[in-house]
Amino acid sequence: MPVVRIPTPLRPHAGGVDKLDLAGSTVKELFDRLGEAHPALRERLFDGEELRRFVNVYVNDEDIRYLEDLETPVAPGDEVSIIPAVAGG
Amino acid sequence: MGAEPLEFEGRETDPVSAERVLGLKCRLCGKQYPKEALNFCTDDFGPLEVAYDYEAIARTFSREAVATRPQTMWRYWDLLPIDGEPTVGRHVGRTPLIRADRLAKALGVGELYIKNDAVNHPSLSFKDRVVAVALSKAVEFGFQTVGCASTGNLAGSVAANAAAAGLDAYVLIPDGLEQGKVLGAMIHGARVVAIEGNYDHVNRLCSQIAFRFGWGFVNVNLRPFYAEGSKSMGFEIAEDLGWRVPDHVVAPMAGGSLIGKIHKAFKELEILGALENPVKTRLHGAQATGCNPISATVKSGASKVKPVKNPNTIAKSLAIGDPADGYFASQLIRDTGGWSDDVDDDSIIDAMRLLAETEGIWAETAGGVTLAVTRKLIEDGRIDRDESIVVCIAGNGLKTQEPLLERMARPTVIKPSLEAFEALLERDAAPALATV
Ligand SMILES: Cc1ncc(COP(=O)(O)O)c(C=O)c1O
Ligand SMILES: [Zn+2]
Repeated sequence: MPVVRIPTPLRPHAGGVDKLDLAGSTVKELFDRLGEAHPALRERLFDGEELRRFVNVYVNDEDIRYLEDLETPVAPGDEVSIIPAVAGG
Repeated sequence: MGAEPLEFEGRETDPVSAERVLGLKCRLCGKQYPKEALNFCTDDFGPLEVAYDYEAIARTFSREAVATRPQTMWRYWDLLPIDGEPTVGRHVGRTPLIRADRLAKALGVGELYIKNDAVNHPSLSFKDRVVAVALSKAVEFGFQTVGCASTGNLAGSVAANAAAAGLDAYVLIPDGLEQGKVLGAMIHGARVVAIEGNYDHVNRLCSQIAFRFGWGFVNVNLRPFYAEGSKSMGFEIAEDLGWRVPDHVVAPMAGGSLIGKIHKAFKELEILGALENPVKTRLHGAQATGCNPISATVKSGASKVKPVKNPNTIAKSLAIGDPADGYFASQLIRDTGGWSDDVDDDSIIDAMRLLAETEGIWAETAGGVTLAVTRKLIEDGRIDRDESIVVCIAGNGLKTQEPLLERMARPTVIKPSLEAFEALLERDAAPALATV
C-alpha cells in the first residue's frame, strides 16, 4: 500500500502516528480513505474538494502540481508527503 | 548575554516590553497561537505572523528614542519580535541609503536611492537581518541546533551568526551554488549539505527535518519571527529619508517575503505617527525570467501562483520556483499600484556593471535583477521619472563571481617597464584618436 506522511504538528489529528498506510490508486483516493479514518485531518487539508492554498503534496519526490494533481496515480510502496507550503525564502 | 552594555533604552526597566509581542496569528483564519516555533496554522496551513500590541509599543517608540539608540537594526527593537535583549547579530543593519545621482542620470530619473545591504554585517546580505531575529529567538526558545534551507545568502548568514552565538548549524542548499556562497558558509564550521535537486526540494526536506528533530530552522518553524527581521530595512529607509517614505520601492523577490515586510515597516511607522507623509508607496517586485513565478502572476492577473519547475538563471539567490509568500507578494504589488517584471541573464549582467560603474557598488546577480527591472519599469512608464525611487540591493557581488568571469575581459598583462606602459597608453588612445 502507498504510505502517507503526516506533518508532525498535525499528528494529533491522525491518531498520533507519523504515517498512514492507505489503499488507493490515485492521490485523491488515498485522501478519501484518510478522510474516512481521520475526518478532522481531511478537513484541515481540504476546502471542499480542493486542497487548501498552503498545502503541498508530493508523490515520492515530485510535487503533484507537476503531475496530475489529485488524479496523480500512486502504486504500492509510493510515499505521499503532506508539506506545509509556508516555508523557505 | 554579552558583557558589552547595549543601551537598549527602556528595555530592561520597561515592564510592558514582553507584552508588545502578543503571539502568533494565522493570516487566513485569524486563529491565535502562543509564541512558539511554528510557521503554519494547524487548522488550515495558513502562514502564522507575529501579532503586536501597538499601544504598548507606542509607550517606548518615538523618533527621538530611536535617535539615541545604537546604529544597528536593533534601534527599532520595539517593532521586532524578541522578548529579551538580542543575543545574536547585535551589529546587524543600519546600512547606507545612498543618493545615486550618477545612476539616476543614466536612467533618466530625478530622485533615486540605493539601499545597500551588500555591506551588511557580518555576511554581506540582507539575510543578516532575518537571521539576527530568528537566532535570538532560537536562543530564547532554548534551541542548540539551528538550520536553514538556503539559496546561498542565508547559508552564510546562518553559519556566521550561529558560529558567533555558539550554536550548531545545519545548512541545506541546492547542489551547484556559487563558490563564494558555499565557502562563506563552510568557513564558519557549519554542516553544509548540498541536496541533489533545486531549492524547492531543499525546502521540502527542511520542513520534514525541522519538526522531526526538534531543531530551530530559521525559515521553517522559526519563520514568523525570522521574516519580521526584514522590516528593519524599511525602517532604515524611512528614517534616512527624514522619516518619509518614497513613492516607489523596487525589491528583489525569491520567496516573496522581503517586499511585504518593507511595506509592513512603512505601515507600522504610520500607525505610530512617526512619518512625515502618508504611505502611498508603490511596491515593485523584481525577478529573473528564468524563475519568475511571482512576476508572471502579477502580469497575468492570476489568483494562483503557478510554480516554476526548473528554475534556470544566474540569479541563483532568487531561484525559488515555489515561493511561500508568492500569493501575498502578488496581492501587495497589485494593492499598492506597483508592478512586477523579470529580466534575462544578459540584462542582469548589464545592470550589475551599470551600478558598479556609476555608483561604485558591486552587487550580486540579484542586485542586477533589481536594477534591470527598475530600468524596465521606468522605460515602460510604470515608474514616473519625477518621483522618488528606492532600489533595494540585498547581496554582494563578491559572492557571485562565476557569471562575470565568463563574460568579462581579463586584465591586460604587460612587462614591468615604462616602455610597455607607454605602448599600452598608445594602444588605449588609438581608437579614440582615429575617431577624432
Ligand atoms: C540577495 C537576495 N535578494 C533577495 C532575496 C529575496 O528575498 P525573499 O525570499 O524574502 O523574497 C534573497 C533571498 O534569498 C537574496 O538572497
Ligand atoms: Zn488558520
